[in-house]
Amino acid sequence: MTLSPERLSGTAPGRAAQTADRPRTVRRGGARRRAAGAALVFLAPTLLIFGYFAWWPIAQSAVLAFQQTNLVDPAEWVGWRNFEVLFADPLLPRAALNTLWFTALSLAIGLPVPLLCAVLMSELRRGGTLARILAYLPVVIPPVVSVLLWKVFFSPGETGVVNSLLAAIGLGPLPWLQSPELAMPSLVIVATWSGAGTAILIYLAALTGVSTELYEAAELDGASVWQRILHITLPQMRGVILVLLLLQIIGAIQVFTEPYVMTDGGPANATVTVLLMIYRYAFLFGNYGVATALSLLLAIVLVIVSAIYLRLTRSWSTR
Amino acid sequence: MTITTSPRRRLRRTAAPRDRGILSSFDWRRPRILIGWRAMHIVLFVGLVALGAIPLVWMLRAAISTTTDLVQNPLSLMPDPARWENITTAWTLLDIGHYLGNTIVLVGGSWVVQLVVSATAGFALAVIRPWYGRFVYGAILLTLFVPGTVTLIALYLTVLDLPLIGIGLTDTPWAVWLPAGANAFTILLVKQFFEDIPRDLFEAAQLDGAGWFTIFWRIVLPMSRPILAVVSLLSIMTAWKEFLWPLIVLTDPDTQPLAVALPRLAQATDPAFLISGLLIASIPPILIFVIFQRSIVRGIGFSGLKG
Repeated sequence: MTLSPERLSGTAPGRAAQTADRPRTVRRGGARRRAAGAALVFLAPTLLIFGYFAWWPIAQSAVLAFQQTNLVDPAEWVGWRNFEVLFADPLLPRAALNTLWFTALSLAIGLPVPLLCAVLMSELRRGGTLARILAYLPVVIPPVVSVLLWKVFFSPGETGVVNSLLAAIGLGPLPWLQSPELAMPSLVIVATWSGAGTAILIYLAALTGVSTELYEAAELDGASVWQRILHITLPQMRGVILVLLLLQIIGAIQVFTEPYVMTDGGPANATVTVLLMIYRYAFLFGNYGVATALSLLLAIVLVIVSAIYLRLTRSWSTR
Repeated sequence: MTITTSPRRRLRRTAAPRDRGILSSFDWRRPRILIGWRAMHIVLFVGLVALGAIPLVWMLRAAISTTTDLVQNPLSLMPDPARWENITTAWTLLDIGHYLGNTIVLVGGSWVVQLVVSATAGFALAVIRPWYGRFVYGAILLTLFVPGTVTLIALYLTVLDLPLIGIGLTDTPWAVWLPAGANAFTILLVKQFFEDIPRDLFEAAQLDGAGWFTIFWRIVLPMSRPILAVVSLLSIMTAWKEFLWPLIVLTDPDTQPLAVALPRLAQATDPAFLISGLLIASIPPILIFVIFQRSIVRGIGFSGLKG
């Protein structure tokens, strides 16, 4: 079939006049039903895939937490027993605290550093593209690769890469992943290294959206560069910063790859995180009920965190 | 009702070059500011090179070094002696070709599924706009607020034995391909793009007797190359980085991608060979990124609007 070019352009002479006396929103009932049917054909793949792999698992998560299944017999209802098993596990408070510690450390580095880098990068007159590529390269590398690479960097003793760097400035070899105190900060370094690039690019995109007229006006009023950053740039960026902060918190609470591949929860359970526990309950002990119960607790925590966060930020942003 | 900008042009238009940022050209002529910011920029670049490039250069160097050389000169960026055959040895010893092939199969399938789902859903919701569209869209958006890790176990049990059909997908690529399609974010991106296409085009085509499928195939898809490119890049990069999900559903080493195989291989290989494997796993995404960095950066700029 052919489509005439003037029809396609939509601006053929006389069309505007035609449409004036024929309201275009009116569709005959049959056409409307046909549209609903056609849309269903186009939505079929989405409905099937979301139904099976998004909506059904979400609904099931609430059910499985109260069931016990061995994958062979039909699942049986066990009520709150999964949660009782969970709260009797001495590792749970440990994992919760570890996850909290990881999140706090991640924010301490992962919030200010990308913001500072983005502000500096936005003022580059040359080399902006190169800076963006360099900042984002660690993000491109598959997380498993960065974790295994940093595992080599952190190797203890005097021949490890990080320890050799420290030796160059006169600090003595540290037992990074072998020490219960240093293992978690090591994981934070790796996670931040592989995640900071995304934050930098998002901040950069937001920085280019700040209107230059505001800077002009501030400059005419005699505001110094630091005053402009404090009173214009940061307030204008507030929305993006707050959203990213929430996403970083939510992401950090779900940390898995770093502790699983780098330390497997060790040493002495210093890096066992909530998600690692979920994984172990399900795929090491085959206890899917308890694993789902813990997932449900995690979901509730995430909802509470988001709700508190939104409540707080709303009161900040309505000044 | 005239068309001012086509959505394609609007997407391609990057931000106009700004004549100033926080600093004006007047500021740049003031010696104190000039020297201060220049110094900060130099520090920034040193940091970016040290953290962004050097670890990768080190990985390349370590991949072609002997283990003794690695222990003796951990900080050197030049191998001594260079052992290029490490890479071929690692390739055969660790069976990297096989795992790399699996990765490509998984990434390719995930990409196709995401493209089909986001294009058809975007078209139905933004162009056909059936009366129930807003409910479907709401249900899709809902999944953005449920992190994947929370439904991980339920999703695994679903894939193990699909309800109503009773097929198990584990240890097949389908276990990775199909769930990859359940991505609300790409649907959101494509839908927003399709909404920018002037509706006159569709009405004109309908007057000419075109059906929805013709409109989709002949008008909308050719116009939406930029957004499909962004979706493709995002989905390929994401699929290449997947770890936890393939680790769970692909327990058979024959089906595993490189990301899942590497930690297992790491326990029993010489570090130099392992690093060769790491290098091979990193080269494809790095190449894709460097070639398409403009589109990828723009896609990330979009994702900043998420939430």
